[in-house]
Parts: sequence; C-alpha cells; structure tokens
Amino acid sequence: MELLLASAIGVLVAAGVYLLLRARSFPVILGLALLGYATNLFLFASGRVRVGLWPVITDGMKEYPDPLPQALVLTAIVIGFGMTAYVLVLALRARIELGSDHVDGDADDADRGGAP
Amino acid sequence: MSHWIVLPVLLPAFAAVLQLLVQRRSLAVQRGVGFTATLALLAVALRLLAEAATGDRVVYRLGDWPAPFGIVLVLDRLSALLVLLTASVALVALVAAARGWDGRGRHFHALFQFQLMGLCGAFLTGDIFNLFVFFEILLIASYGLLVHGGGAARLRSGFRYVILNLTASSLFLIALGIFYGTTGTLNLADLALKVATLGAPEATLLHAGALLLLVVFAVKAAALPLYFWLPGAYAAASAPVAALFALLTKVGIYSILRVFPLVFGGRAGALAELAPPVLVPAGLATLAAAVAGVLAARELGRLVAYLVVASVGTLLVAAGIASEPAVAAALFYLLQSTVVVGGLFLLVERIAEQRGELADRLQPGPAVAQPGVLGSLYCVGAMAAVGLPPLSGFFGKLFVLRSALDAPAAVWILAVVLTSSLLLLAALARAGSDLFWRAEPGRGAPAPRPATAAELFPTAALFAASVLLVVAAGPVWSYAQATAAQLADVEAYVRAVLGVPWSAAR
Repeated sequence: MELLLASAIGVLVAAGVYLLLRARSFPVILGLALLGYATNLFLFASGRVRVGLWPVITDGMKEYPDPLPQALVLTAIVIGFGMTAYVLVLALRARIELGSDHVDGDADDADRGGAP
Repeated sequence: MSHWIVLPVLLPAFAAVLQLLVQRRSLAVQRGVGFTATLALLAVALRLLAEAATGDRVVYRLGDWPAPFGIVLVLDRLSALLVLLTASVALVALVAAARGWDGRGRHFHALFQFQLMGLCGAFLTGDIFNLFVFFEILLIASYGLLVHGGGAARLRSGFRYVILNLTASSLFLIALGIFYGTTGTLNLADLALKVATLGAPEATLLHAGALLLLVVFAVKAAALPLYFWLPGAYAAASAPVAALFALLTKVGIYSILRVFPLVFGGRAGALAELAPPVLVPAGLATLAAAVAGVLAARELGRLVAYLVVASVGTLLVAAGIASEPAVAAALFYLLQSTVVVGGLFLLVERIAEQRGELADRLQPGPAVAQPGVLGSLYCVGAMAAVGLPPLSGFFGKLFVLRSALDAPAAVWILAVVLTSSLLLLAALARAGSDLFWRAEPGRGAPAPRPATAAELFPTAALFAASVLLVVAAGPVWSYAQATAAQLADVEAYVRAVLGVPWSAAR
C-alpha cells in the first residue's frame, strides 16, 4: 500500500514537472494539474495510510483514521479545481490575443524552439 | 473576547460580495461601496493598532474551538502594523483607480476587496494552513487584478505569473503535508512546541519541509533566483494595481519573519536558526541582481519594478541578520519601501501619459507638460528609493546597516548595500535626465494634457507618507523595536495562544 501510494506520487510529480517545463501553454496546464494530484495524494498520506478503519467514530473505538488531512485535501482540491479552470480560460484568451500558445506569447520564438 | 480582530477579514469579504451584487449598477455606486469599506477597514486597523500597541497579544478563536484544534487569529504589533499599512496603501490605490482604471473591465472593485481580505487574513492568522488559504485568496484576486484592463502584455506576463504561483502553491501544500505528518499540528504556536522535541528521523524530514516553505515564501517575496516573474508582471499591471502589488512581495517577507523565528527559532532543537544563514546571501544576491536590472531597464515601469526586487533584497538581508535591531530595521524599511515604490508606480503612469507614443521608455523625447511638478515628484521618489537623506529611505538603510555591523558577514553586507545604493542613484539620475532634461520640445504630437491635482494626489500622498515616516521616525522606530522584541519572545506567543506556559505545555 505504502509502496503503491509513494510510487504513484513520485510518478505524478515527475510527469508534472516534465510537462511544466514544456514551452506550450496546454502541456504546462496539464503538468500543473498532475502536480496538483500528486500534492493532494501527499497531503492525504500525511495522516498515515491505514486500511480497514471506520470513518465514523463511535463509543469504545480504539483506532480511527485522522480526519484532518481529508479536510485539508478537500480544501486543496477545491482551490486547485478553481485555479485550473481560471488558468485554462486565461490561456485560451492569451492564445486568441497573442496568436500563439507559447508561454512567452511569441510565435517566432516558438517556431525557432522547434519542439511543440 | 474582542471581535474586532476578525473585522479586517470579514469587512472586505462582505464588501466584495456586495460589490458583486451592485456591479451592474453605475461605477459611482461601486466606488461608494469600495471607499466606504476601505475607510472602515482603515478605522478598524487604527483601532487594532491602538490595541496592539499596549504590548499584549490578542487571540481570537474562530468558532471558540480551543487553540491547537481550531483556527486562531493572533493580533500582535506586527500584524496590526501590516494591516494598517495594507488599509492605507489600499485607500490610496483606490483613489488612483477611481480616476478611470476601475471602469476598464468588470469586477475590479470586487477583486480589490478580495485582495484586501486575503492580505489582512494572511497578516492575522496563527495557523499555517489558514495562511495557505489566505495566500490563495490574495493570489486569486491578484491574478484577476493583474490582467485587469486586458491587452497582450498583461496576458503574457499574467499567464506566467499565475503558473509560477500555482507551482509555488503546490510546494506550499507539500511543505504543509510534511509539517502535519511529522508534528501532527498546523497551529504555529503548537508547531513551535512540537518542533523543539522532535526525534532524529522526523527532524530530518521536517528540515526538508521547512526549507521548501522558505522557497515558497521566497517566490512570493521575489528573491533571487525566483524573482524573474516580477518585473514583467508589475510593469504590465495598471498603475493602481501595481501600487497595491508593492504590498504583495511584503507578504512573503512577513511570512518569513512570522514563521521562521517562531517555529525554527533559537529553541527549535536540531532545527534551530534554520533560515538566517540562507537569507543573508540570498538577500545580497537579490539586491545585486535587482541593481543590474535597474541599470539595464529601458522603461521606467520596469525600472520601478526592479526597485521592488531591490527592496526585497535589503529586507531579506535584515531578516537574515535576525538580531532584534535588524528585525526592527527591516520593519521600518518595509514600511518606507512599500509607500515609496507604490507612489513611484503611480507616478510612472502620469509621466507616461504625457510623453505620447514614447510612454515610459527611457529615451529623450517630447517634453512632458508639467516638467516642474512631475520632475520634483520623481526626484523625491528616487531619493527616497535610493536612500538619500533627508528622506525615509536613508533612515531605513541606516538602520539596516547599523544592525549589520554586529553580523558575521558585516563586510559583505556593507559593501553590497552601499555599492548598490550608488549604482541605483546613478541609474535613477540617468533615467530622470532622459525623461526631464534631455527632452526635445519640438518633437512629438499635440501638447499633452497636464495632470490635474486630483490625479497627482495619490502619488503625493504616498510620498508624504514617506516624509511622515521621517518626521515621526522616533515613535515609528520605537514601535518597530518593540515589535522585534515581541517577535523574539516565542514563549509569550505560545502562552498567549495555547493558554499554558511553555514549560508546562512540554
């Protein structure tokens, strides 16, 4: 379980960082989203990974999962979702106004750069 | 329990929602709501300052949940001072925006109030996840304000600004995950307690988390090598927004001053004094890079944006020296650099609109309509920014340098700060002579319209605040010293928030 979660976070971060370093705005936004997923999983794991515990606390219970990281993740998901929506709209607007989806907004530079 | 502390957060929040409701009505209504809310915020800030000046920390438990479990707001001298600075600069920026900028796009007034909510919340909160949330609020508002008015330059730099800050937010969350995973708490006072007793494996992990947090704050503050987003973004923003943004980098400095001495201060065991050894070289390098930027800038707007970076460098050095006089000097310098740079951003717009097509480009061109007034204001602003006597910048730098004398890196600090001041002086003098003295009267289109007194008022008001800081330097300096002493007293903070003395809590 720990190995699965840890490698999932690692792969997501690696893919996210790779995409963040691309020159076009769409891959950059995707990279940001992947980095966001990795962050959320990481936050979730900070309350320790336990399997088979009851989510609702009743009398006489000895072991229960930590509810706080779940609340933190929920906050982070809401903020991340809102920001992804905003940055997509901003990127589309920049694409229309600048005539290029290069992150520097310069079509010539993007053509010289080669890689899409 | 006094409910005044929560007002700097609630007041702009309600005002922002109200702005959304009235945004289909005329601009006059929106401006009325905006001014009422900002004036009320100023009044609340003054009352809070009076309360904090007694030296007590006032703790406000949201929902009355007990301290480490619920979220607390903590009012002390530092937060009261910064809330007052926010309200004052915001009022001036709003006056400047009401000359027409606020009508060039929708939602300006709502975003402006949300920005104030985020700033005040970040200055008041005593919980590190809550700090993240308020960071997000102020950043989301700033994303909107930055592209306010539209245009290619704003979209280009706005997109980069958003991407960079979103990445920094991810790093912030990862740092918070490490904090919670190792200590089991996110309350700053409780963190200070827990960090002091951590065992070896957790301490190593937390060390990484703490440095990650420092990186995040350095992105917000725009320290080398994380400042490249700033000059383009600030130079592209509309003038009133840029004046307000002069505050935004100070949030990063505030967070460093708040979190690191408290949680990773002298009592943090294996993690004691984590930040200072990094901050001094980072600050000096930032200052040097900013001076290079000022020298190379070809537009006045970009030049002033690099002045923001230079002030951040000086502030980081002072925060890195970390002695009480140094922190007090940092606070004084923070106040003065915010008002001076804000005033300069507003002045750039006045100069640019009188130079026709050349705008704020630094090359000889048509004469401005009011060389006397604009030139004098520029001279005052430049002198204050460089740190020439008798203006506030001189005292700010003097305090910083005096506190540096006892630091181990004193020679480096003195050399870099003094050399950079000289180079800044040269750059600003050259820019001024290009703009005002080497003007060619014959060239250029129809005679530009002179600025009215009302248009010059916001700049003049901010520069007057800089003069006021000199006139009232005695009281301001003693307040700053008391603030530094209060920041250093970690035990009292823990006692105020958790309600039990340090020794008993451990």
